[in-house]
Amino acid sequence: MKLFSKILMGAAVFGMMASGEASAAQKIVMDGSTTVGPIAKSFAAYFTKTTGTEVTVSESGSGNGAKSIINGTCDIANMSRAMKDKEVAAAKAKGVNPVEHVVALDGIAVVVNPSNRVQNLTLAQIRDIYSGKVTNWNQVGGPSAAIVKIQRESNSGTQDTFKHLVMGKAYPISKRAETQASNGAVKSRVASTPAAIGFVGLGFVDGSVKAVKVNGVTPSVETVKDGSYPISRPLFMYTNGEPTGVVKQFIDLNQTSAGMRMISELGFVNK
Amino acid sequence: MSGEVQKESSRSQAFVVSESRRKMQKVARTAGETVLLLIASFVAIVVLFIFYFVAVDAVPYFQLRGFTEFFTSTSWYPAGEPGEFGALAIIYGTGMVTLGSALLAVPMGIAAAVCLSDILPFSVRQYAKPVIEMLAAIPSVAFGFFALVILAPLLQTSGGPMLMWVWWILAAPFLLLSVIVGSDLLTTKIEDPLRRKRYATMLQALFGLLALLVLYVVGSRLNAMEILTGTNALNVSIILSFMALPTIVSVAEDSLQSVGRELREGSYALGATRAETLVKTVIPAASSGILAAVILGIMRSLGETMVVWMASGNSSHIPEPWYNYLEAVRTLTATIAGDMGEADQVTGSARYHVLFAMGLLLLVISFISNLVSERIVVRQRKILSGQ
Repeated sequence: MKLFSKILMGAAVFGMMASGEASAAQKIVMDGSTTVGPIAKSFAAYFTKTTGTEVTVSESGSGNGAKSIINGTCDIANMSRAMKDKEVAAAKAKGVNPVEHVVALDGIAVVVNPSNRVQNLTLAQIRDIYSGKVTNWNQVGGPSAAIVKIQRESNSGTQDTFKHLVMGKAYPISKRAETQASNGAVKSRVASTPAAIGFVGLGFVDGSVKAVKVNGVTPSVETVKDGSYPISRPLFMYTNGEPTGVVKQFIDLNQTSAGMRMISELGFVNK
Repeated sequence: MSGEVQKESSRSQAFVVSESRRKMQKVARTAGETVLLLIASFVAIVVLFIFYFVAVDAVPYFQLRGFTEFFTSTSWYPAGEPGEFGALAIIYGTGMVTLGSALLAVPMGIAAAVCLSDILPFSVRQYAKPVIEMLAAIPSVAFGFFALVILAPLLQTSGGPMLMWVWWILAAPFLLLSVIVGSDLLTTKIEDPLRRKRYATMLQALFGLLALLVLYVVGSRLNAMEILTGTNALNVSIILSFMALPTIVSVAEDSLQSVGRELREGSYALGATRAETLVKTVIPAASSGILAAVILGIMRSLGETMVVWMASGNSSHIPEPWYNYLEAVRTLTATIAGDMGEADQVTGSARYHVLFAMGLLLLVISFISNLVSERIVVRQRKILSGQ
């Protein structure tokens, strides 16, 4: 692995030298949340293609993103939560002025098979189902059938959001929960399994599955936008001071039609 | 005419090797041999390097967390805070699907190989073998897609009846045979042939009814069984057995072919039937090759990643009861594929190194089984050659 990283570094140095010679193009360095990562990456690919500015995206978690912008090692910090007061204070102490930009909204729909008569679940019921306390649909007003729980793999941003907003730290997801590798795979398993429950990004819900109401609120773009749907959160990009130049251009991508399309293709909701 | 003569003379000159020319040839030969040696050793070195680099990244995990948790706990929460890295259920899942696929693929594969090599006429075999080998050319992601989108829902909607039919098809001939053989065996001591026949018929009727009852009771229980989730160990075992089949059939058939005509004809000459020749002569003579085929096939299922990642359900718990193939399981390969994220490379945490520990475990398992199979093959060869 060390040898490999050395080779990579060598290649990167050569690449930097080459690009430095060609033009003194500005570079954008991004670090932070794995949830925001996919947005940042597709923005980066699009941005590099259209403007020629190089963008590097690291995904080391929201906390590390905050650290990076405080230490000045990145231009934009991607975060799936707002900066804590402690982090803001640390930034101020170092002369960094973090400015918050909401890049998109993240809403997660809890889906069941269309044949399931359950219409509404409370947040606590969903948590009990996934933690293994509730194991049969008849305990939450459904038919008598053992619940098949489907989750995402541990690196998924959707999984991260779900764990954060539904489970909390005290309730680990049951060992018996099955794992699928993508929103599409979860959807197809729920669509073909009568007793299944799963969760997908709001943008992935279609007629093949039924999104249940959570605490009586129907998941939709509107309820995510006004914040009444409980399993939703804004996604942030933080900059040091008001952004200028290419960084501003990059941040403003989410207002362009191409940026909006990328956000909804990834299953997120536009601001 | 003169041209021909000249050609002749130049050709003969080629055999007269001058001193300098001989030196040149020697240099060329040494160079050629060196290049070949380098390429051959490169292949060996690649294997060593893979071992080395996987081990280098696996060792920090054991330094960080020790051995106990990895091998004895079933709590797999790598992303938790703090993370838990109990891999016992995952190791168990790997063993379960590998065993399941071997149970399906080995009898099928050997039967198919015997059929191809000794029963089908040559003209049919010519076409049948490439078709079976084509199974190996199907990409594993296509198998995985089939397992996830077609087989899993099918198991959920009609898994019970399917299992019942498989039970009837497999168990009915077996039970019929054992009823006949059993009642014959029990009546051999009766001397009077008429009485013996009468008793045998009675026993056959009795055992036959019993067998039918067993068939029916088990069959209807299977029929009523509801498979909750189609992405389970059974699904993966079935698909993996199909993936292992071409390897087993192809290698086993080759070794059956290599047994040769002399042994077969010798056996016929001693008055053996075709079945006796097959069971008592050909298969034992080819047994080392068949064993190698089986081990290669099992290695194929052990190392397969995409299919298990898509179709095993990936839930890291030991099924209840332990032999329940209808529950979702998780395997080592799928865990490595699924949990390998960019995020963890940066931090270099236990969560990152534990995946290498799993890779090392897989490497060691396959290394040991290769070694064992090598030993068995060598010993078998010695026995057969009468040493």
